[in-house]
Amino acid sequence: MTLQRVFKKPVSLIDVPTHYCAGCGHGIIHRIIAEVIDELAIRERIIAIAPVGCAVLAYDYWNFDTTEAAHGRCPAVATAIKRTMPDNIVFTYQGDGDLAAIGTAETVHAANRGDNITVIFVNNGVYGMTGGQMAPTTLIGQRTATTQHGRNAACDGHPLKILEMLAVLEGVCYLERTSVESPANIIKTKQAVKKAFKNQIENKGFSMVEVLSMCPTYTGRSIESSIKWIKERVSKDYPLGVLKDRV
Amino acid sequence: MTPNKSQNAKHKPHKNHLMTGNEAIGEGAVRAGCALYAGYPITPQNELTAFMSYRMKEKSRIFIQSESEIAAISMVFGASVAGKRAMTSSSSPGISLKQEGISYLAGCRLPGVIVNVMRGGPGLGNIAPSQADYFQAVKGGGHGDYHIIVLAPSSVEEAMSLTMLAFDLSDTYRVPAMILTDGILGQMMEPVGISKFQFKTAGFIKKPWALTGAKGRKPRVIKSLWLKPGALEGFNIKLQQTYKKIKDKEARQETFYCNDAELIVVAYGSVSRTAKAAVRVLRSKGKRVGLLRPITLWPFPEQAIKRYAKKTKKFLTVEMSAGQMVEDVRLAVEGKAKVSFYGRMGGGIPSQNEIEKEISKLLSLRGA
Repeated sequence: MTLQRVFKKPVSLIDVPTHYCAGCGHGIIHRIIAEVIDELAIRERIIAIAPVGCAVLAYDYWNFDTTEAAHGRCPAVATAIKRTMPDNIVFTYQGDGDLAAIGTAETVHAANRGDNITVIFVNNGVYGMTGGQMAPTTLIGQRTATTQHGRNAACDGHPLKILEMLAVLEGVCYLERTSVESPANIIKTKQAVKKAFKNQIENKGFSMVEVLSMCPTYTGRSIESSIKWIKERVSKDYPLGVLKDRV
Repeated sequence: MTPNKSQNAKHKPHKNHLMTGNEAIGEGAVRAGCALYAGYPITPQNELTAFMSYRMKEKSRIFIQSESEIAAISMVFGASVAGKRAMTSSSSPGISLKQEGISYLAGCRLPGVIVNVMRGGPGLGNIAPSQADYFQAVKGGGHGDYHIIVLAPSSVEEAMSLTMLAFDLSDTYRVPAMILTDGILGQMMEPVGISKFQFKTAGFIKKPWALTGAKGRKPRVIKSLWLKPGALEGFNIKLQQTYKKIKDKEARQETFYCNDAELIVVAYGSVSRTAKAAVRVLRSKGKRVGLLRPITLWPFPEQAIKRYAKKTKKFLTVEMSAGQMVEDVRLAVEGKAKVSFYGRMGGGIPSQNEIEKEISKLLSLRGA
């Protein structure tokens, strides 16, 4: 009886060690995207836009065409690529600073134009690459490099709900918030990501998945505690589920 | 400002088509095969954005009125990544916004055309014409060691031809190119021999680096981040080699009565037309004056100026600024001639009279 290979690494993921910290969600999310792209057989059509942030080197791990973009500008870059190359599948992969701070205008306007692109938003509540500063999605009371006594609503505002804000826009087709802190939610994340890509293939319009992710290093936690943090605190401020589904 | 009815009519190839500088730039881009235009309204280039909004659609190209000038340059970046010809336009404050994007284009070795219809500054300034963005255009503007090719038209027809040239040079060298003009040229109307400018349908420079989807080939990456020790320096060395090639081959200038000139006026764009008129009048009075009009501001026609500085000992640079190009003229003469400056700032426009007076004053001074 010969051995059959029934499970292997996705073709869309380059088989190299990543630079991400132990317990970081990026590794999981990169893999989810790669599996989805393989399963939908779109690897050769993909043009991906990498962010500025910990995932700036995503192109070292992805086995498809990828471009850099200036910080926050991925959606504008994506709009241009998709409108000039409509048969390609175009997606952005962005962190909380890229998408909801410096890139807020580009995010809102690409969504408002209803561009047929896919946006993967990795929300880990902190700016990892630059050493753990406050993100728009940092929780009240959370300590970061720039909120050393904890985020204070009076001077720092509340955690920004970009997905909820986008839900009121006509041009948006699909918005879902998921998380990767448990196997069950990882499966749900993959389903959501698959739907967000399928929508583009079927010309349904702007689709975005916000994925709550762990950053043990800069939330000053152990890996286990950063998982608990999402379960017990983050998902209270950022409830999981579908926020919009026009399909 | 209501659009002129004739602007909305389909363009027929007239022998001489009356158009504004802004429109000529737009039409030049369309004829050069521009696939995507993204722009945000700002005076005095709104005619260009409005023109592109219907002309690009007429030609089944992509037009986007972006949410900001920053988004617009990012859209040019995106189209360029995909191997498409792309252009954006703005005026001074908006060009300031685009600087990071331009640095990224340069760092990723991406082509792209940026149009600056200069207005008075700094800050919000006014909407009158200016040439005070020369430093920004030619000396960097954005961060890092890079250059962009800068072309300065002085007539509406030249605005069209230089726009078409900008796309070709940009693609050839993988370097962003800028059309640097001002509010006078942008909004004035002149006849253009439009049938001279054929729609480019073939002969496009191949882009084997473009992202088109990794079908039947290895994936490609477009980036400007080089973290390994020595890698970024290596990249910069290659960039500088490209810039040297451009400097050796692509400097352009127009000379008018320079060969026996006692004094050469150096001016570009709208100012060069006034300066030319001044030179003509003084020549008719027997004064040996000439005009050197840089057409490329980067690469600067330093070799031409250096040559003339062997015999001509007086140069007068005239600009609508506090004196920016004059520094490059001083560098180019390498101390062999005296370089003077006359300028108007904040939207002020030098008159022919002022330039004639300034030239005469300098001619009457004892030699350098």
